Amino acid sequence: MIGILGKKLGMTQIFSQDGKAYPVTVIEAGPGCVIQVKTLEKDGYEAVKVGFIETKEKKLNKPQAGVFKKAGLTTYKIIKEFPINNLKVGEFITVESFAAGDVVSVSGMSKGKGFQGVMKRHHFSGGPGSHGSMFNRAPGSIGASSYPSRVWKNQKMPGHMGMDKVTVKNLKIIEVRPEQNLMLIKGAVPGPKGAIVEIKKEE
Amino acid sequence: MNLITSVEEGLKKNIPEFNIGDTVRVMVKVVEGDKERFQPFDGVVIARKGSNTKETFTVRKISFGVGVEKIFPVHSPSVERIEVLKKGRIRRAKLYYLRGKKGKSAKIKEKDRGFTVKALNSAVANQDLQAKEEQPVEPQNTETIQ
Repeated sequence: MIGILGKKLGMTQIFSQDGKAYPVTVIEAGPGCVIQVKTLEKDGYEAVKVGFIETKEKKLNKPQAGVFKKAGLTTYKIIKEFPINNLKVGEFITVESFAAGDVVSVSGMSKGKGFQGVMKRHHFSGGPGSHGSMFNRAPGSIGASSYPSRVWKNQKMPGHMGMDKVTVKNLKIIEVRPEQNLMLIKGAVPGPKGAIVEIKKEE
Repeated sequence: MNLITSVEEGLKKNIPEFNIGDTVRVMVKVVEGDKERFQPFDGVVIARKGSNTKETFTVRKISFGVGVEKIFPVHSPSVERIEVLKKGRIRRAKLYYLRGKKGKSAKIKEKDRGFTVKALNSAVANQDLQAKEEQPVEPQNTETIQ
């Protein structure tokens, strides 16, 4: 497996040679610096911690800054772990690990929607809009009576929607531009513009 | 520079100036097996939508008594060439009213004041030539007169 962190820049449309238009998400991916290697002997599993987006040391607290100091690296804003086993501390994961035609899965935090009712949040059908109906967007019954005498766990109700971790699988890479660290992925990926996304490719 | 615009910039083509109401000929690339040929589609531009590389235009014509409309992306590689045949004088941004009309009432008046289609097409051709010939020219030595 290979993984990289990226920043979603937005969507646009590009043409292929034969005149087909593709909707693409433009992602500025990497370079991600390996800041720690986890080994089977020491940690029980193999992985690397990858830093993304350089930042000033004074922006981090002392324990966070200490991690980078120990490894002798510049400080990074975002740290994520990927199950990769053949990298060393200080090496970079770049967009060149990916190629056009690769199938990837992209994860990120979805757009926050705030407090939402059941129709938007759980796709309830709601009631009639008119003809004297006073049951418009309400959830209706939330359970039976004497048994169970309580509301079941996980009952779908109004509440906060969005800002969840969402993964979209089987997205195809249309183009990779190593000189700009850009990756063009067909289709939409979770999150607003400027969101940090994880791009993973199974090998 | 915005990275998204840098992605879009590379896809832009040099197209002639044309407007809604103009009669145009669109040369469309058609692939048959391993052969390529260009198919013309003549008609009136009734709408232009979108911006940048996402821009499209709608061309309407009457083919054997049946109205036919095609939507082309302006910057698509399969649109080989756009020729302006006639400039139209119109008072709407979208000419959807033509859909309900036939014959003489579906006709658009031609723009005539100080305009020639030929000049426009040749101007575009010149632009193409200039783009090809645009090579760095060494500055000539200018002698100062004392």
